[in-house]
Amino acid sequence: MERIEVIFKQIGTALRIIFLYKIVFLIACFSITTGWAKTITVCNTCDIASLKKAIAVAEAEDTIFIKKGTYKEFNIVVDKPLTIKGENFPVIDGEDQGEIIRITSDNVTIDGLFIINVGTSYTSDHAAIRVVKSEKFLIQNVVLEKLFFGIYLEKSNNGKVYHNKIIGDAQDEYNSGNGIQLWYCKNVIVGRNIVQKTRDGIYLEFSDNITIDNNISTENLRYGLHFMFSNDDVYTNNTFENNGAGVAVMFSKRIKMLNNTFHKNWGTAAFGLLLKEINDAEISGNTFEENTVGINIEGSNRITYHKNNFIRNGYAIKVLGACYTNVFEYNNFLYNSFDISYNSRINDNVFANNYWSSYTGYDLDRDGIGDIPYRPVKLFSYIVNRTPETIILMRSLFIDIIDFSEKVSPVFTPDNLVDERPKMKKIK
Amino acid sequence: MFKILKYSFFDLIRSRWSYVYLFFYLALGFVLLFLNNDLSKAVITLMNVIIILVPLIGTIFGVMYYYDSKEFTELLLAQPVKRASIFLGQYLGVAISLSLSLLIGLGLPFILYGLFQSSAIWDFVLLLVTGTFLTLIFTGLAFNIALYNENKIKGFSYAILLWLFMAVIYDGLFLMSLILLEEYPLDTFSIGATLFNPIDLSRILILLKLDISALLGYTGAVFQKFFGTGLGFLMALSALALWVALPLLNIYRKSRKKDF
Repeated sequence: MERIEVIFKQIGTALRIIFLYKIVFLIACFSITTGWAKTITVCNTCDIASLKKAIAVAEAEDTIFIKKGTYKEFNIVVDKPLTIKGENFPVIDGEDQGEIIRITSDNVTIDGLFIINVGTSYTSDHAAIRVVKSEKFLIQNVVLEKLFFGIYLEKSNNGKVYHNKIIGDAQDEYNSGNGIQLWYCKNVIVGRNIVQKTRDGIYLEFSDNITIDNNISTENLRYGLHFMFSNDDVYTNNTFENNGAGVAVMFSKRIKMLNNTFHKNWGTAAFGLLLKEINDAEISGNTFEENTVGINIEGSNRITYHKNNFIRNGYAIKVLGACYTNVFEYNNFLYNSFDISYNSRINDNVFANNYWSSYTGYDLDRDGIGDIPYRPVKLFSYIVNRTPETIILMRSLFIDIIDFSEKVSPVFTPDNLVDERPKMKKIK
Repeated sequence: MFKILKYSFFDLIRSRWSYVYLFFYLALGFVLLFLNNDLSKAVITLMNVIIILVPLIGTIFGVMYYYDSKEFTELLLAQPVKRASIFLGQYLGVAISLSLSLLIGLGLPFILYGLFQSSAIWDFVLLLVTGTFLTLIFTGLAFNIALYNENKIKGFSYAILLWLFMAVIYDGLFLMSLILLEEYPLDTFSIGATLFNPIDLSRILILLKLDISALLGYTGAVFQKFFGTGLGFLMALSALALWVALPLLNIYRKSRKKDF
């Protein structure tokens, strides 16, 4: 009996093994017929020692795996849907020859590369990675240094630029490029990138439905983030610090600006946020701290400013003409040299329920709202608008006296520019 | 001179007013820091106090001390002592005791609240330096006024007028002229005009280190160049030093010739 059992067991294992082989065989057949993706490894000592060669031998859907090392290549064209992945940040050195990677196919992923030395040119915009007319691209964990343009998206949609680090060394505006540039793009997500020392950190031109979130854009020559003719975009939770100017939004509609930090954009012509010809935007939950001008507004209409913090700016808000039906509600204005500067005597904007640190009124009925309206435009800011040199008298006793008398009986400042319901306590 | 300085100084140290002055600054410093623990914010508030109060107290104290110790001065004049050293000694006695009250009165609370760990230390030092300068300048001016006026009432009113002019009226005239002349380039004019008023000068000096620097640059390249660099800072400091030296020279000159 025992021997029979042993025989049966042996037959059982044999059958199982055959069954497994069958499965393996079937999978193999399947993968051959449907083009199962293979992995191509690139390293300095391998058969395939360059990214260009790897792309040439690769087929669609393949993964190119680049080992650590330095690869001196430029004008690499990715024209098939590939995943290019670096191990421990292999260096692609363009040796200042020109563009480094150009993506012309849909479904391309670039991950974990370290790209340096993009060539500077005065006639064409060389980029470290350029995506041309492609869909569903993903560029992530890429580090770019010594660049002209960083990541340049051109007529490409539905992609993602995620968690990259771009460190430029821009000295002058005329011979430097932008960190991340979008030109005629739609539905792109730009998230968690760090952009430093380029011309414009992130630049959008004719690009709609773009989401920009959690980026940190610092020390850029011109703007941290720049919109031109781009509509329906959202940017949230970004930090803009120490740029020539924080964010410039120009000639764009329906932009949402939520929970961003504009910090230390401090200089002679610097501002946290510049709005020029912007309509129907929403600006909420942002913090403007220590900027020369918090928000500089020109020709912008129907914008809601809601729950923003303006802390220790030179001017919190500077309004330059032709701004109608804007609403400023539930904002905190804390210790700004000037809360609001206005250059006309006509006011069509609403200020209500804000907290002003320089409000000196009282609240007898204890409903949390001051009983006396607050006038945010000081006479001195009106004078400074007229004769800029008078700023030299700031914080002198005489100026305090005339500001006080203007507050008591307004003559020069727009008399309907008041917050009728100033909050007594800081809004959280 | 040093004997007289020493005498004046200890005389003042024993006087009630020095203590009142000292306690005022102590109280101010502590209350400010108690209400608002932010040292750099407190520096801004203090600036407002210093550029208004220090000159006022300097002038009044200076005039008062001169008239009070007039009999003693006349007694000293009968002795074989140089005239200049009598007056300069008295001046230094007043100025030094006032400056000490300021330095101790403000320094103590700030040091207790951790000034040395704060980034505001240089702003604060600058504040104390300009405060000391203002004391020296306005006590000197007060002595000048007193030397020229035998009549106490007249002397006092001139002293108050001087303070009012420097603290308020000057800025009013300055502002008016800036607005009236707005078609012309005003950068150099306004820089020049600040140099002629020590209160304005100290205010700008402190503001440069605080919030105004970028706002000033907003108006033009000349401001930016002057105030944005070490040059402007040095110019302002040396102008303040000049403001100390000129009244002193005049005390020296006047006291030699004056009849008693």
